[in-house]
Amino acid sequence: MRIGTVQIEKRQIVPPGIRILNSVLFVLLALVFSSLLIIAAGFNPIAVYAKMISYSFMSLRGLNGSIKAGLPLMLCGLSVSVAFRMNLNNIGAEGQYAAGALLGGWFALFGPDMPAAAKLIVMFLLCAAGGALLAAIAAVLKAYWNVNETIVTLMLNYIALLFMDYLCYGPWMAPKQTSAITEQIPKDMFLPNIGNTGINSAIIIAVVMALCLYLFSRYTTAGYEIDVIRNSVKSAEYAGINVKRKIIAVMIISGAIAGLAGFVQITGIVHRVQAQLPGGNGYTGIVVAYLSRFNPIAVIIVSILFGGLKNSCAAVQIMGVPSQIATMLQGSIMIFVIAGEFLNYFKLTLNREKHGPGRLQDRSDMPGLKEGCKGKENYTEMKGASR
Amino acid sequence: MDKTALLEMKGISKKFGKTLANDNVNLRLYRGEIHALLGENGAGKSTLMNILLGIYKPNSGKIFYKGEKVSVRNPKDAARLGIGMVHQHFELIPTLSVAENIFLCLDNCSFVLNRAVMEETIRAYSEKFGLPVDPAAKVWQLSVGEQQRVEILKLLCRNSEILVLDEPTAVLTPQEAGEMFKTLRKMANDGKAVVFISHKMNEVIENSDRITVLKGGRVEDEMLTADATVERLTRAVVGSRTIGMQIRKQEKKRDDVLVKVSNLNVNNDKGLTALHNVSFELHPGEVFAIAGVAGSGQRELAEALAGLRKVTSGSIEMNGKDITRMSVKDRISLGISFIPEDRIRMGLVPQMDLKQNAVLKDFKKPSFSKFGILKGKAVRAVAEKYVKNYDIKTGGIDLPVGMMSGGNQQKLLVAREVSGNPALVIAAYPVRGLDIGAADAINNILLEQSSKGACVLLISEELDEIFEMSDRVAVFCDGKLMGIRDTSQTDYDEIGRLMSGEIA
Repeated sequence: MRIGTVQIEKRQIVPPGIRILNSVLFVLLALVFSSLLIIAAGFNPIAVYAKMISYSFMSLRGLNGSIKAGLPLMLCGLSVSVAFRMNLNNIGAEGQYAAGALLGGWFALFGPDMPAAAKLIVMFLLCAAGGALLAAIAAVLKAYWNVNETIVTLMLNYIALLFMDYLCYGPWMAPKQTSAITEQIPKDMFLPNIGNTGINSAIIIAVVMALCLYLFSRYTTAGYEIDVIRNSVKSAEYAGINVKRKIIAVMIISGAIAGLAGFVQITGIVHRVQAQLPGGNGYTGIVVAYLSRFNPIAVIIVSILFGGLKNSCAAVQIMGVPSQIATMLQGSIMIFVIAGEFLNYFKLTLNREKHGPGRLQDRSDMPGLKEGCKGKENYTEMKGASR
Repeated sequence: MDKTALLEMKGISKKFGKTLANDNVNLRLYRGEIHALLGENGAGKSTLMNILLGIYKPNSGKIFYKGEKVSVRNPKDAARLGIGMVHQHFELIPTLSVAENIFLCLDNCSFVLNRAVMEETIRAYSEKFGLPVDPAAKVWQLSVGEQQRVEILKLLCRNSEILVLDEPTAVLTPQEAGEMFKTLRKMANDGKAVVFISHKMNEVIENSDRITVLKGGRVEDEMLTADATVERLTRAVVGSRTIGMQIRKQEKKRDDVLVKVSNLNVNNDKGLTALHNVSFELHPGEVFAIAGVAGSGQRELAEALAGLRKVTSGSIEMNGKDITRMSVKDRISLGISFIPEDRIRMGLVPQMDLKQNAVLKDFKKPSFSKFGILKGKAVRAVAEKYVKNYDIKTGGIDLPVGMMSGGNQQKLLVAREVSGNPALVIAAYPVRGLDIGAADAINNILLEQSSKGACVLLISEELDEIFEMSDRVAVFCDGKLMGIRDTSQTDYDEIGRLMSGEIA
């Protein structure tokens, strides 16, 4: 199809460089779009962006803050990516995070005294188990009765969060406190900072997890099976892959990772359990996962950027800019990047030949660009002819 | 017959990248005739028709319609001129009714729909051309054959004078195909020009008036059907390449029983009984054909044997062991291979690349993975081996198989399925939709397996293929096994009568 001198062609293979370039391009476009809104609110967008960037990323202290804010996002983003890679719409990272925080937090607050390392390991496992248990409910319903996992995980979020509210306002609430928070967990369970950088060592957990997931999906037979299931459940069954078992395993892994967000948040950052601990990170994790195209390494980077965005609110608030700007930026980045997906699959080229007026409708030069499977057929036809 | 051509395409050339899909092609269509376009996959038949319909624009060449030069820039232009096409994949909206689907394609449709008038018009055309279909029925409820009739009715209601059908019989049973050709004849008698694309010679000889053979984008031969012979067409279609079975059937002894199916009952997707008390035995080294019109229970039988469909009652034994409830995985390791009928939906993963598809069933074997880690080199090696040994044409083993042509996809699938020296190869319509070269290659691979001692269960609708390939044939009608015959001791007539359920 040609629009003026621009020609649209379908790509058969999308090089990774193009993907990254497109994402960056559309993030920039989102910033341009948001700057219009900032201007409308009466501020200078360049000054606002400059302040945000310099506050969040240009100083060690600011970077620390960004990473801290991005830490739970990393695990939530990884959790969502894992499930989405198999077309399982786990939007329950929020609840699984809460469930992990509750089970692990219970041990940290009321568990028996043991050597610190042992306590941390037990708590780590319990956080993972909490998230996994909640996800398992949706997984079993999905695998055996084909109940829609999107709805089940969403509803379980409310159950987990409200139960968390109950505990933090009720039996777990620290005496002498007016807000819904518990006592601090024992000091020996605080995760230390890395050297004197001020960056909490919890990030190692997230990064190692991302690396493991990356290697897992690339090099293992299980990763291969998940790819097959994502693309064709019928072919997976045909190849003797136990799809039900994979659904349950993947959902449990996804839930466990979200549960670990509770672990890093409690041991690394807030050092206690509190109502609304996940604070929407489970949902933002969905955005992070999408923007990273479910690539675990990209999840880490995008999470730090999003953390920085959140972190910088405080800085621009001093200028008088409403703090909602972070949410607005998140939203427009999401919309722009998803819209920009088009360019991953279609190539725009400038056509420098001269055209008569009647040739705008010429669709003949692109065997690829007819809707959907048609394009594929024409392509095969073409290949066939080349023999 | 009118002596001047209704439509003439002159010197049509079309390039895709560096490939010449059409090279200086001339084509003439006359009123009142059925014209067949014959050629292998990729010979340029569909390209030529897409140019006629204005979907592609030719690089050079002219189109004359009723003696005047016309430019067909898009399908709308074509429709206005009275040129219409039934594509291989139907363009219908399943949730709408037949009449609504037909309304949609009309230009002069008034804003307020008059259903009664429309349905009456459709009924009139249905009767005139023998296209029985209920205008009020929803399209999703219709069989494939009925949907095709709706597509044809769409063209008739638009008063098309040239009707193009792209491989119309590929989706039909032999009976439905016969009915469709009767309709085409009625339309030709009504003064329309009908073109159908095909690569089946018998159907072309039986049903057309004139034949144009395309090969490699060029017109290889053009003839009146009266002058056509299978030999002449074969030479034109495949050129000097020799065809024919390289491996001939041998007499086989039938002492050992490989598979014993007893009183098998299986349900279809809708939960209705698809197989009634079916019993038979399979022997190693034989080609055992399943004949029957589409939907007689063949698919359910194949899936039940492969473990993909639950058996409601009865049993399947393999080498004396009951495998009725065995998992797909265990059956694969017992040596049951399955070539499904719809390779893109089941059997291959079109989005994944060739090498990944090559190990779809073997990736857990120690030669391809260790401790759950895939061995990249071994996977590449086996993919390259398949490409080389089975002459698979591909842009590379790292490209998605969805980009390969149907014949090459099937070669890859078959290569993988016979790689582990299977004991039983279930092949459902293995050469359907393939050109002669690819079909030949696939048939030879299957015969080679049987000579190595595997039993090949061949499901087919083509009696030619069944008689050429198989030792025994079981005929199914409506889910019941009508009889089993030695192919050397029966004929088309008997099998045909068994297929229709006349004799049991």
